[in-house]
Amino acid sequence: MEGNPAVLLPLIVLLPLIGGIINGFFGKRLPKQLVYAIANGSVLSSFFLAVLSFLSLRTATLTNPEAAFRYEAFSWIVAGNYSFDMAFLLDPLSAVMILVVTGVGFLVHLYSTAYMNSDDGVGRYFSYLNLFIFSMLMLVLGKNLAMLFIGWEGVGACSYLLIGFWFKDMDKAIAGQKAFVVNRIGDIGFVVAIFLLLAHGNGSVDYDNLRSLYSDKTHMLANSTEITLICLLLFVGAAGKSAQIPLYVWLPDAMAGPTPVSALIHAATMVTAGVYMVARLNFIFALSPAAMTVVMVVGAVTALVAASIGLVQNDIKKVLAYSTVSQLGFMFIAVGAGAFAAGVFHLFTHAFFKACLFLGAGAVIHALHHEQDIRKMGGLRKKLPIIHLTFLVSCIAIAGIPPLAGFFSKDAILTETLALKPATEALEKYYEAGFEERAVSAVAAATVAAGKPVTELDRAAVDKQAKVFKQDWKQFVEGLAMWRKLAFALGLCAAFMTAFYMFRLYFLTFAGQYRGDHHTFEHAHDAPPQMGVPLQILAVLSVCAGWLGMPFAHGAYNKFDHWLEPVLARGKHFLHGHMETSMEYALMGASTLVAAAGIFLAFSLYKQGPSPTTAGWASSARPVYNALLNKYWVDEAYEVFPVKTLRATSQFLFQLVDRFLVDGVMVRMPGMILLGLSNLGRLVQTGEVQTYLVGVAVGLAALTYYLI
Amino acid sequence: MMTQDWLQVASTSGFPLLTLLTLLPTAFAVMALLIPGDQPWAHKALGLCGSVAVLVVALATFGVVDTSLVGLQRVDDFSWISALNARWTLGIDGLSLPYVLLTAGLTPLVFIGAWSAIEVRWKEFTIAMLVLETGMLGSLLATDLLAFYVFWEVMLVPMYLIIGIWGGKDRIYATVKFFIYTMFGSLLMLVAILYLYHKGGGTFALHDLVAVTAKLSDKEQAWLFGAFALAFLIKVPVFPFHTWLPDAHTEAPTPGSVILAGVMLKLGTYGLLRFAVPLFPSAMGRFSWVLVTLAVIGIVFGAMMAYVQTDVKRLVAYSSVSHLGFVVLGITIFNEEALQGAILQGVNHGISTGALFILVGYLYERRHTREISEFGGIAKRMPVYAAFFVFVTMSSIALPLTNGFVGEFLIFAGAFKEGIQSKILFNATGMSWRMVVLIGTGIATLGIVLGAVYMLSMVRRVFFGEITKPENLRLHDLTLRERLIVGILCVFMVWIGVKPAGWLKLSETTVHAMVAPIRPQILQVRAPADYDREMKAALRAAHPMAAVTP
Repeated sequence: MEGNPAVLLPLIVLLPLIGGIINGFFGKRLPKQLVYAIANGSVLSSFFLAVLSFLSLRTATLTNPEAAFRYEAFSWIVAGNYSFDMAFLLDPLSAVMILVVTGVGFLVHLYSTAYMNSDDGVGRYFSYLNLFIFSMLMLVLGKNLAMLFIGWEGVGACSYLLIGFWFKDMDKAIAGQKAFVVNRIGDIGFVVAIFLLLAHGNGSVDYDNLRSLYSDKTHMLANSTEITLICLLLFVGAAGKSAQIPLYVWLPDAMAGPTPVSALIHAATMVTAGVYMVARLNFIFALSPAAMTVVMVVGAVTALVAASIGLVQNDIKKVLAYSTVSQLGFMFIAVGAGAFAAGVFHLFTHAFFKACLFLGAGAVIHALHHEQDIRKMGGLRKKLPIIHLTFLVSCIAIAGIPPLAGFFSKDAILTETLALKPATEALEKYYEAGFEERAVSAVAAATVAAGKPVTELDRAAVDKQAKVFKQDWKQFVEGLAMWRKLAFALGLCAAFMTAFYMFRLYFLTFAGQYRGDHHTFEHAHDAPPQMGVPLQILAVLSVCAGWLGMPFAHGAYNKFDHWLEPVLARGKHFLHGHMETSMEYALMGASTLVAAAGIFLAFSLYKQGPSPTTAGWASSARPVYNALLNKYWVDEAYEVFPVKTLRATSQFLFQLVDRFLVDGVMVRMPGMILLGLSNLGRLVQTGEVQTYLVGVAVGLAALTYYLI
Repeated sequence: MMTQDWLQVASTSGFPLLTLLTLLPTAFAVMALLIPGDQPWAHKALGLCGSVAVLVVALATFGVVDTSLVGLQRVDDFSWISALNARWTLGIDGLSLPYVLLTAGLTPLVFIGAWSAIEVRWKEFTIAMLVLETGMLGSLLATDLLAFYVFWEVMLVPMYLIIGIWGGKDRIYATVKFFIYTMFGSLLMLVAILYLYHKGGGTFALHDLVAVTAKLSDKEQAWLFGAFALAFLIKVPVFPFHTWLPDAHTEAPTPGSVILAGVMLKLGTYGLLRFAVPLFPSAMGRFSWVLVTLAVIGIVFGAMMAYVQTDVKRLVAYSSVSHLGFVVLGITIFNEEALQGAILQGVNHGISTGALFILVGYLYERRHTREISEFGGIAKRMPVYAAFFVFVTMSSIALPLTNGFVGEFLIFAGAFKEGIQSKILFNATGMSWRMVVLIGTGIATLGIVLGAVYMLSMVRRVFFGEITKPENLRLHDLTLRERLIVGILCVFMVWIGVKPAGWLKLSETTVHAMVAPIRPQILQVRAPADYDREMKAALRAAHPMAAVTP
């Protein structure tokens, strides 16, 4: 291609923004078809430009593996030593992301033209949707953390607007607000991490700058409290956006939004922003094995907990929502374990099959006149053939049956969790080489602290100290390694549950006899082309996308891994434990078996609709069933703290501190006292000259006495 | 001690531009005096013409000011009260320029907005508003302490009248409270000014007095700083001096609220920066922990109070307490990042909260109530209004690419920088500055969430859900005039949010020049070890050879 492909980057971002602005201002007055054309056209053009820039990047990487396109638009905020640019970066990681965002984004736009056609707010809807694509592109194409944060908050705001799109329903408005507020809690962590990075660094959070900074400074901040704190704060942000424990509660409620929105924002793109962020900052996370382990374990626990809740839900979208939370947990297992590429790979495949599932669910809901309860579905296989087939394909994909996409990405995660060691090669080497040096400085510091002059170092003390350090480090690393086995085990359980609840959902929806209102069934219609085509494309991708990461076994050639290597190189440097190829094949077999077992169990229970067997289980283990059905009462707990607590505390402080202490005692009481005193004073003002003269005489006498 | 270059005269002017700018509103007020009161349209036109004329002069001033120059520009310096050696000294620099523009820009919008908000006594209203504008501009431009004090008091009377005449049910209580409270603070300041005048050998000039205060004892500095700071903190207002604000705002008519929130509160923070801190830097260093504490309490407490208000306007008023807490935090931190953020955040607050008060006013004009429970679901009836309100809300809760984000982000960035780079050492009062900043700022980040909580709850209860009150079915959406007023403010929200660099540049040079001499004096008291370190770094940067020789 002629010219610099970097100039495409701002165009990719701006086109959806322009579309969003036009539809936002004039959408109400424009004909529907034009609204669709503007919205779809802008995202489709963005997609073409994204493909174009991806291809040029691929060409460029052939000659220079480190190639990336950079575009500096203008400097955004400059103050003191701090400066932040509006700048874009296309490297292998953001290239993958923009393809997913614009690609899936366009399909969802197309689907929405049919799904939302009867709504009279389409102008507003497509405006929000375009603005979302804009924000998401800012997030992934930004060249620094400030840009990422612009997109980060932007997608949050669009999500708020879209969840509450049907704002006449107060529950939906509440769900939107909940999403925004919970995300904001996470955002505190994220921004504070940015501030700490700025304060510890050189006033810039540009990725290129951070990367060189944290490669050079390995020896200063490696494994320090500061870096662990920064990573944990970043992860708090990621946990908010990507719905991890304890901040996942907003995502299931977010299903209040229109279903295409759930597919795009709450499955394929926005919720994966946290994973993207951790992968993007892999070189920082790699410096803190402790924080990485926290990320991994939280991911694993979330994967399991969310999957267990998904087992018993009856709302088609809720099952998918908890499934999303669980799959995001898998991605965090990966990035936490140092398998950054595997995490991004799962993000990539998940975008297709989960979007396909959501859009399929939406098509079912659309066909059944807004019925979402799977207990009132069933037997839709013949009635809705396109939806059925695409839904089945993506169910197999997410369950992890080879050779569909989900198998490769999920297996890569589980394998690498076992295969990698908790510390990077660089860190390990540094610690191997640095014990002596650190012991010297520790002993010197102790000598100074004790008030003795440092003239000659105590050799014995240094040796002893070095030994202690060495021992501590060994124990630390071994301790962390334990957590990996736990994460693997939890992940495997979650994988089994995934296969089970997905096929429970599939069988209850499509197999057996229809259990709802027959009038609705008669009128049920298969997806129109605007909805069918996106479903079919996504289904094909759910089958094929995984092949990019095949063969995935270690040491073998993996296209996806290889493509991301320039960005995720630090991830590559995680130590590989010794793992036989046969072991890898065994793991593959195990994960396939687990998935197959889950599917088989679901088949045997639900092939004819709701199962009396499970009803029996539910009644015999009532507390367990209730806990799952009520999502462990987490929402109820949060309702008490912090929601109600905040309101009660605020009310209490308002009455006690603001009204009584500050306004009453501090401000008004002096006034009252003054008023009282002046009333006293008024008594003296009698208007009688005699009284005044007495006063003057007494005063004079007193003055005279005082002066003498 | 380094010289206070930023207070020196950088350029004088042949044509008394700033005097014109300051007195022009009063000139129009005099004209209004001559027009009979039974012709409200004439006063409406006159008010608008007058304020637009002032805006034009302000823009001309902006045109001739060179923001890359250190020091006061276009200085008008005339003998004023020669017996006291009080001078009419007006000058402009990067500290006052953004606020002069804000004042001159908001006033015409307020006049247009008042066409429907103010129904009686237009003559008096026009005069009061114009005199108020003179007071505000004069306070921003005066560098002679007595002149500043006079302008400061000039602001008070028109606002007292605006609340007292055109206000709501409890207007008398509110306006008397406002007047006495503010007066109390400013009288203390007057005493301090007179003390300085006496000590300084009979001058009110800020630049001369800065040299005088350096020689005062610690005790004197502390008391004088306290007097100045109290006057300004009441005006801001900072917790616990804030309770006049919700009353004043709730009772004030919309134009009063907009000017009060938009400009007058900012004069408190401006006063801190222009007078209190430069005059008493070491006292500032000693009391930094107090200011940080009060600011942080204000941020969190103000937000919590806003959350439980049932009146939309009271809610916005308490949100001001929270937002201005950020500004005070930035000023107290006193490094370049935080200061730039604080100055810009003042402007942002003027625009966003001004817009919120205008929007609340629209609702009040339609329904004559501001109780949240009286509304619900009105987005369906007033979609344009709802869109504006949600957008301004986003700006108020600091969404990136709106103005609110830039200021808040810089203040936090500066505060964390101060905390992280400060070393754990105790200052003269036995307090670890590092801990104060880090804990304080850490707590202040709660404001990020709480802001979203109270604003979005309010928006939801007012706009979303079904319409439950039949009165709300008759609401009509915004008129073109109403859209124009808020639309203009929204343009600025986006402008500052997307391209803040130009706005930050307005004050960049001045901030840099004022931090250089003042920050070391503050640091010397509040974090001596940091002072040594920063001094050495500055020396190394200035004289590379000095680093070699010990």
